[in-house]
Amino acid sequence: MNSPTIEIRHLWFYFNGQPVLKDVNLTVRRRDFLALLGPNGGGKTTLIKLIIGLLKPHRGAVQVFGLPPRKAAHRIGYMPQEPGINKNFPISILDVVLMGRLQSGKSWSRYSRRDRMAAQQTLERLEMWEYRNRRIGELSVGQRQRVFVARALVAEPELLLLDEPSSSVDTKGQTDLFALLKQLNETVTIIVVSHDLSIVSSHVKSVACANQRLFYHDAAEITGEMLEMAYYCPVELIAHGLPHRVLRKHKDL
Amino acid sequence: MLDVLQFEFMRNAFLAGLLASVACGVIGTFVVVNRLSFLSGGIAHASYGGIGLAFFFGLPYIVGTLGFSLLTAVVMAAVTLKSRHRSDTIIGVLWAVGMALGVILLDLTPGYNVDLMSFLFGSILAVPTLDLWFMLILSGVILLTTGFYYNSFLALSYDENFAQIRGVPVGFLYFLLLAMIALSVVMIIRVVGLILVLALLTIAPYIAENHSASLRTMMFLSFLLNCFFTTVGLWLSYTFNLTSGAMIIMVAGTCFFISLLLEGLLKKMNIFQNNPVRHKCNL
Repeated sequence: MNSPTIEIRHLWFYFNGQPVLKDVNLTVRRRDFLALLGPNGGGKTTLIKLIIGLLKPHRGAVQVFGLPPRKAAHRIGYMPQEPGINKNFPISILDVVLMGRLQSGKSWSRYSRRDRMAAQQTLERLEMWEYRNRRIGELSVGQRQRVFVARALVAEPELLLLDEPSSSVDTKGQTDLFALLKQLNETVTIIVVSHDLSIVSSHVKSVACANQRLFYHDAAEITGEMLEMAYYCPVELIAHGLPHRVLRKHKDL
Repeated sequence: MLDVLQFEFMRNAFLAGLLASVACGVIGTFVVVNRLSFLSGGIAHASYGGIGLAFFFGLPYIVGTLGFSLLTAVVMAAVTLKSRHRSDTIIGVLWAVGMALGVILLDLTPGYNVDLMSFLFGSILAVPTLDLWFMLILSGVILLTTGFYYNSFLALSYDENFAQIRGVPVGFLYFLLLAMIALSVVMIIRVVGLILVLALLTIAPYIAENHSASLRTMMFLSFLLNCFFTTVGLWLSYTFNLTSGAMIIMVAGTCFFISLLLEGLLKKMNIFQNNPVRHKCNL
């Protein structure tokens, strides 16, 4: 209970000899709802891939549930940034979601009744059950994304990693998604990656900013330090007057 | 048409075509959805090295080709595993070196000259009954293996990273897949030649892909299409006394272009029909 969900210590990762992540330290508590922000190329996706075990750190260590990522992967729900690049692939919605029920060491087995029940419940929750027999390529971008959220959720994960779920989805889709995530957050730890600052809404509990280095802030606001290091100018965001203030008030006022 | 079947060699030819269709339907589907046609071509051509080895060392033909193709497949799997979509140069080199090795070894083999044409276009009219049994067993092995690992192969083909996270033995299955490609290629080269291997592996699945809701359906449709190609091709070659392998390719190729044309027309019609609706939406 007391051990953190994710513990990253002094992590370095290089790509073609160039550092992508430098001395990253991060502790994510259980039931945290972390927004991982940062500019494109800042290492957000790399960090997520390190947490799920698709990449290995060159220095430092990642532990998830106190285990190496590979051993914990079955307890993590993951939605990649561009899932299923091949949109022409002949696969039904139901089969995509069932993929989330695959288990290690059972690569030969059929899906059980329980797997199918879980897939049905998850698809119903995301209002996609009626599309179950459609080909994935027939759906709109927003619908397709809900399918991949369903695939991430179908194994009832304790940790949910969503890489850029808010890109290319309309405002309503985004609101719906975050409402669902808030509900899930009662039991599940969540990390949402975005390059869009506006996701720091009232649902998020903490914020981290990645631009080679990682800055963590244990509250749903963006510090000046983060902005300085990660961004050019989020003026537009501030001017829009979001219901929740994401920037601190100026101290000299 | 049925009078064709009075000859044993014609019956064997039709059966060989049907059996090749099984393997090509199943494996070809994997080849197309995983974008492995260049790699399969590499394995097919490199297997010429195996033919050279077999004749030079006086080994049975099947030992030489099967061994050499499996070896090539394993090397290619090892090389391409990490960067699946960026290894065309290495595949091209193995492709060429394998063929060159075959040609040189045949040069060095005294008093024997393999007809390159029969290697390219096969000799479906000269399939002995023993080979049919061999093909039957291989097709069975391929069907069973695919059925056994179907869900994992599907996950590997659709989203390799996700499959890996869910604990699917991605590396092992990739080797297994390339090994199955090598098996099919060897079995089919004997019968229909290496050019037809590529045609049978890729044309039918390509046509089937757009009309299939699942990989399983795509395999079955490809099998049916391949049966059609081989049977009609053989019948035409018998009727007009033309090379059978080439005739089968022509049938497959014609169907391929017809399907492209039809799909293009359908798309145009859809755009035409949707245009007014789209205008409404914009307003």
